[in-house]
Amino acid sequence: MAGISDADLKEMTQEERVKALGMTTEQLTGKSLYIEFDPDADERFTYPWAPEVDFNKRTEIDTDEMDTTEVNNQIRALMAEGYGTIVLKNPRGKHSIGVGILSKLNLIIEGSTGYFGVGLIDGPNVRITGRVGWSCAENMMSGTVIIEKNAGSTFGAALRGGDLVCRGSVGSRTGIDMKGGSIIVGGNTGSLSGFMMQRGRMVFCGDAGKDLGDSMYDGTIYVGGSIQSCGVDAIEAELTDVDKAWLTRKLTQYGLMPDKGVDHFTKIVAGKQLWNYDNLEAHEKKLIL
Amino acid sequence: MCGIVGLIHRGKSSNIGGEMTAMLQALKHRGPDSTGYALYGEPTEGDYIMRLKVAEAEDMAKGRGIHKVIEDRIVEVETILSEHGAKIKSLDAVTEYSLRYVLTHNGDTTKMAAHIEEGEGIEILSMGSGLELIKDLGDAADVAGLYGLNNFNGTHGIGHTRMATESDVDIRSAHPYWAFPYNDVSVVHNGQITNYWLMRREMERKGHRFMSDCDSELLAVYTAHNLSNGMKLEDSLRNSIEEIDGVFTYLVATKNQLGMAKDTMAAKPLVLYESDDLIVMASEEVAIRAILPHEIDTTDPYDEEVRVWQA
Repeated sequence: MAGISDADLKEMTQEERVKALGMTTEQLTGKSLYIEFDPDADERFTYPWAPEVDFNKRTEIDTDEMDTTEVNNQIRALMAEGYGTIVLKNPRGKHSIGVGILSKLNLIIEGSTGYFGVGLIDGPNVRITGRVGWSCAENMMSGTVIIEKNAGSTFGAALRGGDLVCRGSVGSRTGIDMKGGSIIVGGNTGSLSGFMMQRGRMVFCGDAGKDLGDSMYDGTIYVGGSIQSCGVDAIEAELTDVDKAWLTRKLTQYGLMPDKGVDHFTKIVAGKQLWNYDNLEAHEKKLIL
Repeated sequence: MCGIVGLIHRGKSSNIGGEMTAMLQALKHRGPDSTGYALYGEPTEGDYIMRLKVAEAEDMAKGRGIHKVIEDRIVEVETILSEHGAKIKSLDAVTEYSLRYVLTHNGDTTKMAAHIEEGEGIEILSMGSGLELIKDLGDAADVAGLYGLNNFNGTHGIGHTRMATESDVDIRSAHPYWAFPYNDVSVVHNGQITNYWLMRREMERKGHRFMSDCDSELLAVYTAHNLSNGMKLEDSLRNSIEEIDGVFTYLVATKNQLGMAKDTMAAKPLVLYESDDLIVMASEEVAIRAILPHEIDTTDPYDEEVRVWQA
């Protein structure tokens, strides 16, 4: 970023820093397009305080006798030493493992995690070989998270960016309040998936439970199997070539491409019948959008 | 919040007391107020095991007078037992206020039990040929240590660790619940029932007794009512999703079955591990991993899901 040094950034408040990094613009274009990242801005994609890590430097942590705080502190200590690939052994369903990692990292979790696994992350590539509990990768900003087995409810809640992939089935309320990024699921999902979804894309290769996309503002849901029922103001839309191309690319990338291709997917979007923003004052409208 | 666990070994007995203690201890963070177990040992034909309490744990701090009161209550219980022709085969006073009787009885057990509970402060925790219900204040390690549950053999059981939200921290309001008139049924519940009073009054009109103001007791009374009217456990669980409002995930155990039901919102968690000879359920995976450290496949049951397993 031209003209701003790391030292300057450290002096700033959070609000000033966000502006200086070109992460916000005040302009509003259309109803739902609040631009977070200006494509023309000279962006920087790492935080000034992010540790320099080398993916070829690999280490393991046996978490069996450790509590969550110790594990998360250990990950930070190893990143500060430059380790770029960290393997966690025996997580045994611990909660909040690997949360708040804001830099690039290869994190491999060999086993299952509890609630809020790898939440609040921005950048790392995570692979979890077991099952994850509720709210995995909630509030993720960027990076990839791949889960080899099943996942619990509220998978990817309030997701902002990145790819969140589950090869098995997920619980209820998947992608609730999602604001960006992609959730890709190889199996089925439970009820109220995409509830109040605002942006981003969700793909379920299997079936979806009842009230899919209930009260969704925006965003797109693709379902390969059957849909028990759509929620309020969630409607079916035409699957375009752009959709098919995107689905093919993403599903191939993560090895989840169904044998029969992507033509059978159903596309669900917001019906926009609940959009009542025009009744609001101009400054309120801006806050919501 | 509350944590619930349930497990069933198919075709064999195991140390379910030790297993459930490990699981409940792993869920201590979901509520440390009280811990309860419903354990199903080998059924003994003709004999009843009766667990009862004659005072609350907190009563014990109320001075010396309580010891005399407890003695009197025990005499009262034993007088009623002999009046109804029940023979005491053994008596085990686990704590001063908590007793375990092994009885033989041929008459109307429900009537006898109702008679016993007429006494002030006396509550039958469980009565049946397989079920033993143990609950007390404190975490799983405390309760298991106090009641000697670390080596309890049986086929299946359910357990609960409680964060009291809608009623007091006492043994009366602790889970699991058991209810007349169907012996050997027990329930643990995580959630809140919103049509509790409506349903409770309906059950009371049908002649059922409620010992506490805890909403979870309704599920035990409801299930016992259905089963005693010849309904299958699976149908009772399925009907409950329609008839009972609120958010809930609950487990029911009978002499030879273990069942689960989840409400229409799937708002309360449950993780399920299923194999040919062992089924384990818990609010969180961390509890299952406490007894199955090797790599296993676990799933989340969906909304309105009902499952029943045979022992």
